[in-house]
Amino acid sequence: MTLTDEEKTTGNGGPAGLGVVGWLRWGWRVLTSMRTALILLFLLALASVPGSLYPQRGVDPGAVARYFQNDPTKAEWLDRFSLFDVFTSPWFAAIYLLLFLSLIGCVLPRTMVHLKEMRRTPPPAPRNLSRLPHHADIEGDLASAEAYLRSKRWRVVTGDGWVSAEKGHLRETGNLLFHVALLVLLVAVGVGGLFGYRGNVLVVEGDGFANTVAAYDRYLPGSQVSPEDLQPFSFTLKDFQASYVGPGHEKQGQPLDYFAKLAVQDSPSSPEREFTLRVNEPLEADGALTYLIGHGYAPTFRITGGDGKVAFEGAVPCLVNDTSNYESECVIKVPDAAPDQLAFLGRFLPSTAPSGTEWLSVFPAAVNPTVQIWPFKGDLGLDAGTPQSVYDLSGHQNLKPLGQMTASPKPMAVGDAVDLPDGAGKIEFTGVKEWITLQTTYDPGRFPALLASGAAILGLLLSLLIHRRRVWVRVRDGGVTVGGLTRTEGGDFGEEFAELTKALEHHARAEVKDVS
Amino acid sequence: MSPDRLATLSDQLVLAAILLYLAAMIGYALELAFGRVTETVKERRLATVGGPSDDLPDPEPTPEPASWAPKAGLIGTAAMWLGWVANVSATLTRGLAVGRWPWGNMYEFVVAMLLAAVTVFLLLQLRYPVRFLGAFVGVVAAIGLGFAVRVLYTQAGPVVPALDSYWVAIHVTAAVAASGLFIVGAAAAGLFLVRKEGPSRLPSRADLERLAHRVIVIAFPVWTFAVISGALWADKAWGRYWGWDPKEVWAFITWVAYAAYLHARATAGWKGKAAMIVSLIAFACLMFNLVGVNIFIGGLHSYADVK
Repeated sequence: MTLTDEEKTTGNGGPAGLGVVGWLRWGWRVLTSMRTALILLFLLALASVPGSLYPQRGVDPGAVARYFQNDPTKAEWLDRFSLFDVFTSPWFAAIYLLLFLSLIGCVLPRTMVHLKEMRRTPPPAPRNLSRLPHHADIEGDLASAEAYLRSKRWRVVTGDGWVSAEKGHLRETGNLLFHVALLVLLVAVGVGGLFGYRGNVLVVEGDGFANTVAAYDRYLPGSQVSPEDLQPFSFTLKDFQASYVGPGHEKQGQPLDYFAKLAVQDSPSSPEREFTLRVNEPLEADGALTYLIGHGYAPTFRITGGDGKVAFEGAVPCLVNDTSNYESECVIKVPDAAPDQLAFLGRFLPSTAPSGTEWLSVFPAAVNPTVQIWPFKGDLGLDAGTPQSVYDLSGHQNLKPLGQMTASPKPMAVGDAVDLPDGAGKIEFTGVKEWITLQTTYDPGRFPALLASGAAILGLLLSLLIHRRRVWVRVRDGGVTVGGLTRTEGGDFGEEFAELTKALEHHARAEVKDVS
Repeated sequence: MSPDRLATLSDQLVLAAILLYLAAMIGYALELAFGRVTETVKERRLATVGGPSDDLPDPEPTPEPASWAPKAGLIGTAAMWLGWVANVSATLTRGLAVGRWPWGNMYEFVVAMLLAAVTVFLLLQLRYPVRFLGAFVGVVAAIGLGFAVRVLYTQAGPVVPALDSYWVAIHVTAAVAASGLFIVGAAAAGLFLVRKEGPSRLPSRADLERLAHRVIVIAFPVWTFAVISGALWADKAWGRYWGWDPKEVWAFITWVAYAAYLHARATAGWKGKAAMIVSLIAFACLMFNLVGVNIFIGGLHSYADVK
């Protein structure tokens, strides 16, 4: 694959006394040599390793945040070298860009050579075919051999007393196709990154979602995406259902199937359609795909303030602590409660069972759902303007626990109501809904990337399985001599050659019969 | 038969396969240890194109081979085929017991992968003189299955909804097949490094190198397909076709490493030993992706189900 003079130049450590052009030319040669490509391939593999050892922002931002919490000094150093963003880091980009530059430098001249080769006729037959690695003396004549080889789509030239044939140019075609396909793939990935977007959102049963930037909990647009570009679809989550492996099996509680029933509108003017969203079956609307990522419970509450007015009524999504039993944690903030604002920590147990003085969940389905509640009153500080998490009560210094805080208060069942101590109000557990988390992605590079991958596979198969080979036929007394040669290693040319000579002989005999 | 009985039968068949592979290994090893030294291998070459081994000096006279040695090899082959039948039946009964494709967790994957490796070997030995590989493939299969039973074993049961997809048939099957091929390629590459120049009961280094190359050349497109079909599935299931999940990272590293091997083989100064070492590094990446990522790293591909 490499030109030998390249090896020579790289071995010498560069030419002396050549001007800028000479150095540039030398640099280009070094960059496009196979040895450099090989080193870059090793570097690319090596550079990917930390991407699997350290948490990555693009994969699991929460894990990166935890890393910073646990070991800030080390995390800072790792971050300085982009080790939490390996695959978008400058040094990773440097490696693959150099690799692709080297690839272009290799593919371009080879394409030129290959185009020339494709037009060239096979070389004349050597004088002594019996010196070739494959050769045989058979019956027959040149005309029938030529006819047969042409019928089998060999490229054939004839000369004085010989036939020369060649096959297998598709090997190099495949090789070039594969490498060009990799370039296209890289471009497709880049296009997807620039013109695509990704958004995550949590939706509770009964609620709707419209595809706008504001509706997302987390929104990651490519640099060339503006908010108006978002596909104008919307949907309502009508129902979510999950089933689990029942008790008595080793895998008790493992999910078997879950799906969400949606009423979808592809655009504000289009009619509503039903869609069942499943794990491997995303919703497609105008090129944007929406995926079912996760699910959990959202108990509903009615909360009355100390003044007797209902201050909150609705569903509160709880974060899942343990996916084997869906024990979940909830935070309820009631800024509208008067005279004091209220807040609650909750622990939701879908299948409640007592365990000593504690309570726990024994199954993920909502068989016997209860909530344990820890009430607080005071100032939620929502007017201060600092952003707060709706899933977190920590950092609220102005909240006071109401009554005695116990480790495991008596759980409330659906329909239960509890009067809060000090006449602070009342909380009612009114029901259980479920929520789902969704991810919407729009990636215009998907189909180009798929096509490029297909082309890469095709090119790879051609380049690895096809061999370039030549066959010559020369007249001798009472028949012909056939000689063959592969120009590439591997393959079973010996077998193919044996079959070919047999077929040539057979063909010659058949022709003789036709004539007589 | 009830699913429980089928599952039990599958477990018993895996044990039978282990014993038969061990027997095959012993048969092959006896043939290798007492059989003839391979100066004659030249006639039985994989390919007839001239290689460096043609230039080797004539081997020194070697001890007379034991007359029973070829018989031991034949017994080895018979045991290997029987083990293969047990292995196939184990996978089949497991699949029937759980009513899905029988490679849904790490235990099932390893059983299927070793089945693929043994299948590759058995098919190869039908066409080419590669019986010498039998002892090594046999021992790898027996130890691998033993490891699967002792460490990875998972009771037959359903898989999580994400795995309940026809993509298992496409993506995981390709990964199983490619891994099986890579195992055989790595066995040949390992023997290449172990074998010294000169007469030996193993084929010449050039033949070993060619055999390894041939198997890897078939495995590489299959692995490429496994990666691409994985991307297609990820696009359906996770909302992106490539997300640098640890399993994806190591599949990529493995792919790049095998690509490096193919390039190394075509580069002056890297042919032969260096390229073989690169292929073994690539194989180590493949194995790390299977064992290391599943057990120590995790990520979205957390389907190993190993406790």
